[in-house]
Amino acid sequence: MTRNAARPGDEAGSSVTRRGLMLAGLQLGVVTTLALKLRSMQVEQAEEFRLLADGNSIKIRLLVPARGLIHDRNGIIIAGNEQNYRVTLTREEAGGDVEPVLRRLARLIPISEARMAELLEEFTKRSAVTPIVLADRLSWEQFSSIAVNAPSLAGVTPEAGLSRAYPRAGDLAHVLGYVGPVSDYDLSKIENPDPVLMLPEFQLGKVGFEARMEDVLRGKAGQRRVEVNSAGREMRQLSRQEGDQGATVQMTLDAQLQNYAAQRMGAESAAAVVMDAQTGDILTICSSPSFDPNKFVRGISSADYKALMNHDHRPLADKTVQGVYPPGSTFKMITLLAGLESGLITPGSRFYCPGYTTAGGRRFHCWSRGGHGSMDAVNGLSQSCDVYYYELAQKIGIDRIADMARRLGLGQRHDLPMSAVADGIAPDGAWKQARYGQAWQVGDSLNASIGQGYVLASPLQLAVMTARIASGREVRPRLVRAIDGVTQPEPDFPDLGLSPENLRIARLGMDEVMNGARGTARRSRILREDWRMAGKTGTSQVRNITAAERARGVISNDQLPWNRRDHALFVCYAPVQAPRYAVSVVVEHGGGGSAVAAPVARDILLFALAGGLPPLDAVPDDQRAAMEERHNAMTLFAPEAPRLTRA
Amino acid sequence: MSYLDYNVAHTPTGLRKILYLNWPLVFLIAAVASIGFLMLVSVAGGQVDTWAKPQMYRFAAGMVIMLGLAFVPMWFWRGISIPAYVCCFLLLIAVDMVGVIGMGAQRWIDIGPIRLQPSELMKIALVLLLAAYYDWLAPHRVSRPLWVLIPVVLILAPTALVLIQPDLGTSIMLVAGGGIVMFAAGVSLWYFGAVIAAAVGLVAAVMKSRGTDWQLLKDYQFRRIDTFLDPAADPLGAGYNIIQSQIALGSGGWSGRGFMQGTQSRLNFLPEKHTDFIFTVLAEEFGFVGAMSLLGLYTLIIGFCLYSALTNRDRFAALITIGISGTFFLYFAINMATVMGMLPAKGSPLPLVSYGGTSLMILMLGFGLVQAAHVHRPR
Repeated sequence: MTRNAARPGDEAGSSVTRRGLMLAGLQLGVVTTLALKLRSMQVEQAEEFRLLADGNSIKIRLLVPARGLIHDRNGIIIAGNEQNYRVTLTREEAGGDVEPVLRRLARLIPISEARMAELLEEFTKRSAVTPIVLADRLSWEQFSSIAVNAPSLAGVTPEAGLSRAYPRAGDLAHVLGYVGPVSDYDLSKIENPDPVLMLPEFQLGKVGFEARMEDVLRGKAGQRRVEVNSAGREMRQLSRQEGDQGATVQMTLDAQLQNYAAQRMGAESAAAVVMDAQTGDILTICSSPSFDPNKFVRGISSADYKALMNHDHRPLADKTVQGVYPPGSTFKMITLLAGLESGLITPGSRFYCPGYTTAGGRRFHCWSRGGHGSMDAVNGLSQSCDVYYYELAQKIGIDRIADMARRLGLGQRHDLPMSAVADGIAPDGAWKQARYGQAWQVGDSLNASIGQGYVLASPLQLAVMTARIASGREVRPRLVRAIDGVTQPEPDFPDLGLSPENLRIARLGMDEVMNGARGTARRSRILREDWRMAGKTGTSQVRNITAAERARGVISNDQLPWNRRDHALFVCYAPVQAPRYAVSVVVEHGGGGSAVAAPVARDILLFALAGGLPPLDAVPDDQRAAMEERHNAMTLFAPEAPRLTRA
Repeated sequence: MSYLDYNVAHTPTGLRKILYLNWPLVFLIAAVASIGFLMLVSVAGGQVDTWAKPQMYRFAAGMVIMLGLAFVPMWFWRGISIPAYVCCFLLLIAVDMVGVIGMGAQRWIDIGPIRLQPSELMKIALVLLLAAYYDWLAPHRVSRPLWVLIPVVLILAPTALVLIQPDLGTSIMLVAGGGIVMFAAGVSLWYFGAVIAAAVGLVAAVMKSRGTDWQLLKDYQFRRIDTFLDPAADPLGAGYNIIQSQIALGSGGWSGRGFMQGTQSRLNFLPEKHTDFIFTVLAEEFGFVGAMSLLGLYTLIIGFCLYSALTNRDRFAALITIGISGTFFLYFAINMATVMGMLPAKGSPLPLVSYGGTSLMILMLGFGLVQAAHVHRPR
């Protein structure tokens, strides 16, 4: 835009001047009106307003809504609310100096010197009218003694509120997560925080399901209208409108099964996932060892927290979704299906196993040093012959394997409402180039074909893989069954698009692993025909075996320190005829999959199938005594089913 | 003397420009902002870190922006008026689209640490474009219908985009800001009369329509109007904020209750103390004297801006100054009128005083333009 060349300078200028003066007049008029209004309110009516202010008056105080309950699939409460007696102190109501009041209170309830100093420090930091929690979880006796002595404790208010409680303690700690008081860090992450978050007794979902479902579980704050005097002291309550409790959420979990799984894994550093092979419902997702989330709700002591942090079995980590492991031989179904689907081999195609193969100038060993001889698809799987997969991988290439891994649910995040769900890795050439800037080598393919090398999967992903193989459909895991009584729609998963014949071969191989004469996990088979089980063992190395070591003879796991032993893995499903449950178990540094992980997975699967403690006659004779002994040693929750809907 | 000579001979160059700044305006702005810091300390219960400190940092940054922009000559502003308008317009469309995709009202775009609110930037860009338009347009055409239609479209197009965000307050500000520039440019008063008459007619029609079959507003919208007209009818519901604000303000009396002694604001009767209702806190703690002092400072800011505009022979620069100071005027007048119960409650900040980064930055950017207009005025 060029400027007005032929501007008759002063004429334009004068019009601006005239209008500018008019504008100034208008603005002055508005300012005068504002000033007059100020004067009438602050000078003429000041007395009236002063009276209103002194009589003021009515304040609205928020009431923390009761948090929504969480049920398991059978209606057992796994996260509830319990009555909590607490005592708060407001500095202004205490007359400014809180220390004498605190000292008097310390005669009624125990307050340590350290706590006392902490509290005094906090009072200097917070506003004088903010109530600060002095003590939590008081007994009824303590609570009532404070209430009786209230007249001599100015500013002290005994309150009864609700607090989150997890009746199943450590069993579901990782999946549920826990709640805790709102921190400044939490607030900084929330855009426009709900004012209820500012209340000292509010509990916010910190991790896990509690955090991810916060909006659903929180509910709506209630309101209390109270009359206060000009010092801010509450005189009486005018009205009280309770808030809306958060929605009751029913999860797909089975608390009894989870309880059994936790007990069965015992002190091992392990993870187990049980999934409905058809609907994707997660029945159990259990990481061991665990911790008591109730301690976090109450404010965990630093000693307890340190103990959890320093434990070498990492109780705070959720190994089911956050932990990723080389899947080892449990990956072989993927390589096999990739081969069969490629059309480059048939189920009858044979590879010869002399105990090793050579590729890219390196020797790759089979776990069976003597070799398996000539192997077809079913035998290759049931005897877990590594060389079969080495040869197969060279024939079909990594891209087909990686593609199949992704189709079966590896290398991707399954969006469950839990914290830190890992992606895992289904590696291919492009991935290695992007990650390491190096070209894919044939040796990488060989390692990947038996689930070693770059391949990483979480126990959740392995369960999804097993469910997909068992059902032939693109099963996706889910944790929420119903919200406020409204059942989520039954998922209808699309077909995987794999040839039924190829799937049959893979399933047959898994069946042979358990029930074949030379199956690697035959010892852990289920004897009852209607529960017939199929599975696959896996043992994944966490260290490289050097040539020198191999020459000396590979050291057995038992002789290694715990954290250098192999991971034991096992995936399975049952019944073979009509798959219902898919299970994956990983025992960190457990040793061999068949010896360590398979019996655990089998027992958990049996519990799911039987709907209670596994019947002894379902396992081979020689294991019944040990199983009975294990059962006797367990302390399981009673299978009570209190179907409460509201707290 | 050619236009070029004229400029070279009479406009300060380089660092000498600093001597030609509108220094009274700089000090007035700093004085108002300082009152803001004081009030932010007060509402934070004596804590400096909570609100006052971040606000001081932002104000310092805003000062740097203002002084930096003051050095930019007017030909540049004239040159970017069209691109700036188009950019803001496209950003507004982008924000509306993101809002649609994100399934909720969104008014900003995140660019790294900066949260860009295009509707705020549009207030400045619109003034810039309209000033350039009237600078270019021959004065005798200003009131011809076709030449009036063009700026009306320029105003209403972004207003419509802001309205669907939905942000009624900002759309009103855009219309008013644009209207002020048109008014100052000399558009016939008949047009303004017609618009005001139409608005009055529309309001009358809306109120008449209540309870009839052709009701023009939803019931809850009518209730909001009722609350404004008579807040006492529902003292604990929607009228709560206005009543509390009036009680706090009125009880301040002549000289106020003293710094950090305001019981009403202290006891949390007031909502949004650090933003929309900060004037109430000032009026309660420093009384009529304090409130009038702030109003006086604001009036002086407007006065210095208008004086600078009226003595500026560059029409473009004069119109920018009037437009921006007019927008600033609307800001504080609307906020004060709201907290005194003269206008329906809607969130609006008190300029230079309320806590908040975006509005502060936009204001300082606007004052930068006012300073540039002042520094580069033809002499």
